[in-house]
Amino acid sequence: MNIVKQLGLVLFLIGLGIFTATLFTGNFSLTEAELNDFVASKGYKSEIIKAELKKATVTDEDLNIFEFSSRVRNAYAASNNHYDALIAKYDAEKNWDKKGEQFQYKIYGKPHTLSYEIAKKAGSGFVRDNPGLLWWLTFGLAILGALLFILPNLKLLGRPGIKHNGIYHESSTNRGWIAWLVLVYLVSFYLLLYFMADYVVNWTYILDPISEFLNGGQASQWFVYGFLYCVIMIVMAVRMYIKYRHNKYQIIRTTSVLFFQIVFAFLIPEIMTSLNMPGYDFKNAFPLDYDFFFEWNLDSLRESGAVGLFILVWGVVLTIVIVPVMVYFFGKRWYCSWVCGCGGLAETLGDPYRQHSNKSLNAWKLERWLIHSVLVFSLVMTLVTLYCYFSGAEAFLGIKSQWIKDTYSFLIGAWFAGVIGTGFYPIFGNRVWCRFGCPLAAYLGLVQRFKSRFRITTNGGQCISCGNCSTYCEQGIDVRAYAQKGENIVRASCVGCGVCSAVCPRGVLKLENGPENGRINSKDILLGNDVDLMDLVNQNK
Amino acid sequence: MEEHIVIIGNGVSGVTAARHIRKLSDKKITIVSAETDYFFSRTALMYVYMGHMKFEHTQPYENWFWKKNRIALKKGFVNQVDTAAKTLHFAEGDTLQYDKLIIATGSKPNKFGWPGQDLDGVMGMYHKQDLESLEKYAPNKEVCKRAVIVGGGLIGIELAEMLHSRHIPVTFLVREESFWNGVLPAGESAMINREIIANGIDLRLASNLKEITADANGQVKSIIIQETGEEIACNVVGLTAGVSPNIDFIKDSDIETGRGVKVNRYLETNVPDVYAIGDCAEQYKGIDQRRPIEAVWYTGRMMGETLAQTICGNRLQYKPGHWFNSAKFMDIEYQTYGWVWAQTKDNEARFYWEHTDGNKCITLNYDKTTREFIGINTFGIRMRHEFFDKILTEKQSVDYVVEHLADANFDPEFYKLHEPAIVAKFNTENNTNIKLKNKSWKRIFA
Repeated sequence: MNIVKQLGLVLFLIGLGIFTATLFTGNFSLTEAELNDFVASKGYKSEIIKAELKKATVTDEDLNIFEFSSRVRNAYAASNNHYDALIAKYDAEKNWDKKGEQFQYKIYGKPHTLSYEIAKKAGSGFVRDNPGLLWWLTFGLAILGALLFILPNLKLLGRPGIKHNGIYHESSTNRGWIAWLVLVYLVSFYLLLYFMADYVVNWTYILDPISEFLNGGQASQWFVYGFLYCVIMIVMAVRMYIKYRHNKYQIIRTTSVLFFQIVFAFLIPEIMTSLNMPGYDFKNAFPLDYDFFFEWNLDSLRESGAVGLFILVWGVVLTIVIVPVMVYFFGKRWYCSWVCGCGGLAETLGDPYRQHSNKSLNAWKLERWLIHSVLVFSLVMTLVTLYCYFSGAEAFLGIKSQWIKDTYSFLIGAWFAGVIGTGFYPIFGNRVWCRFGCPLAAYLGLVQRFKSRFRITTNGGQCISCGNCSTYCEQGIDVRAYAQKGENIVRASCVGCGVCSAVCPRGVLKLENGPENGRINSKDILLGNDVDLMDLVNQNK
Repeated sequence: MEEHIVIIGNGVSGVTAARHIRKLSDKKITIVSAETDYFFSRTALMYVYMGHMKFEHTQPYENWFWKKNRIALKKGFVNQVDTAAKTLHFAEGDTLQYDKLIIATGSKPNKFGWPGQDLDGVMGMYHKQDLESLEKYAPNKEVCKRAVIVGGGLIGIELAEMLHSRHIPVTFLVREESFWNGVLPAGESAMINREIIANGIDLRLASNLKEITADANGQVKSIIIQETGEEIACNVVGLTAGVSPNIDFIKDSDIETGRGVKVNRYLETNVPDVYAIGDCAEQYKGIDQRRPIEAVWYTGRMMGETLAQTICGNRLQYKPGHWFNSAKFMDIEYQTYGWVWAQTKDNEARFYWEHTDGNKCITLNYDKTTREFIGINTFGIRMRHEFFDKILTEKQSVDYVVEHLADANFDPEFYKLHEPAIVAKFNTENNTNIKLKNKSWKRIFA
């Protein structure tokens, strides 16, 4: 069994190694005809971009993606610099007409995004020519290896039950060098994905056939991300199924997040795209779906007829009605650990790291400041955006619509949710984003804290303060602090993963939806002691 | 000057007393401990060895908590209590004055004078130092090729589970014919025997330790079993044959002791302003059917809760409510509410249900004439403390309990419910026609 496990690890690492190595392969160049087509399709008015791009891309040299990207970005920069210089010149000459004319020639967009579009067409080589083979060598090997690594746990972990043996002895799960390596890999992955997509264009070639099958178009970096996301969740869900095979709550919950990720987040949007509809994730609620009210999305929905209108109405109803009503009946867990994609990754890929969330009081203070600030930020951004959308103004309350959207997308959407949120799993735990950053979680949390039937019931006086619950709370809740006082746990941040209940050796904790009355039951004397003393102390509070 | 309350022992009893005294008053509080700087949960030591947690996770309060609540912590070993001068003398040479003294020093592992019981590699599993010793002598299966555990109680099976988690072969000597059968009825005890064996542990029932032999370096080499004379080679011996009050340091004082520090129902000793709580306190007479010395986590806590009232001017008797407890045997959780004795008493009748998987069972104990419910043992099914506490207070019948088992269930959501099977068996055996009621929040919170 151990040999199978080791073999699995080796296969996984080979798959991951090949996957990573593909980034460095291939030759990138365009023919003049291809370039002409590209420039024509983009409708550039710049008179020099074509020449610059031709110098950069129409070549016999063997350029790898990094050289190619650099040349293309320089070409765009050269074009834009040229017109910037003219603008400065006419500005100095106070020739306002001429100055104004120049702006139409400028090409806007992030350099790596511009470069990605050309690179996607310019690549050639073994990876692009053999996507099927490469799929098996990368995804195939990694999946097979991971499963071989995971499946022996059925035997190796022993009989069904909580088997956290050695978690704090292993480098990978105790913030050792393996954990740091994983962090570096994940952070690099997100940095490339979000900010240097052209560098990962080779990955998109591997998935072109699948993308074409699903939505009729070639794979983008986002398709790669979505596909990878699903694959990782499926494989790591197998791990969850084995680990919690004695715990039906965990089994059903894992199946639920898996279903919503694969069907709602991945398949339905892809199929909608193939049907020329706007691809929409019907479970992705605003304000987690922070660009729902952005101009481009509203325009796209308005142009999509009945489907667009339905999505618009659904999106609003989801946030204003469905989300709070469901939280009232079931707690925020119905979303955060049963439906949400971020939660889904945290509960599968992130499960080995759940013990790293910080349980200190200071972390809790930071959490409350941070997550509610992000909620306010997202709401202000949306207010400004909507005002500007309907009034045609560029700014509201002195805040520029474009600026605040860009700032939010960069700081919160990319850095917080992605690079930090997932990249930092191995060191700071699997719910960094959900706990400190997610504006939807903040909103759900307020409902859960003040108006919900959900609580984690503490079972009378049975707690022995062992601390398993707090240690394995991914949201950094000091569960024990409540349980050892005989007090129910009612916290805005609880996502109802149910692991505190699972790891409790004394059957003290149960996630329940019940009457609001008595849900919050602050106590000083626990059940089991003198009833008069309980009355005396608990009623004096 | 506020009164100075000194508490010897920073376990759950002493710390609970300190916390509650602080809530009720501004008295000066000092907690003395020789074991650790800060309060930790003794019951969680096993998880540190098993790698489920780090030691810091066993500490229920962050380190700033003590200063913020003005609870002074002193590390030191008290080796003499001078009650006349109200002074503690420390092994380190210094002294400490008190106005009121609370002795909360807990227990120590029993040793019964076995030859070799003080060799290197022989240890209990109680103090933090025992954990450190285990890390030294049994870090892995290469260093410790086999461990022998002597004494079949709760700590013994925990130690077996700990060593098993590091794949160290374990031989488990249990004096009784069946594991913990002084406490558990036969069916349940047999279930735990099976659980121990299923985990690959070499369980030796009805086996006593004769002696522990040493190698040339004074380390454990083997043990010899009394009954058979069999010698079992091992590197570590765990002595887990129960615990007794840790009170050697007051034997020479004028505080009355028996096995523990003798206290009345107010937790007062024979010496004014000296109190004892927790594992080390011994009631003159057991309360209700409890033992005079209760080495249980929550009774220590309750004594702390109660004594704080007395210390702060509201003199209160220690009046524990209905008995309850819990434990975990490997993968099988155990809870008990009310009394279920190992042997049925004359006025009692039993109902026993066991799941076909052999890992879950319940025992209901009731009065055979009045049918009043007396207690329940539940294995592999979690039950609600509030439910049974109320049942016991209201003196409900066993039939009522069976009818309302769904209210009692505390298993996580979506778990398969076994109540219908339990009720069916109960009806068959008792010629009753009880219909299981659906779970009712109204009843649960009534």
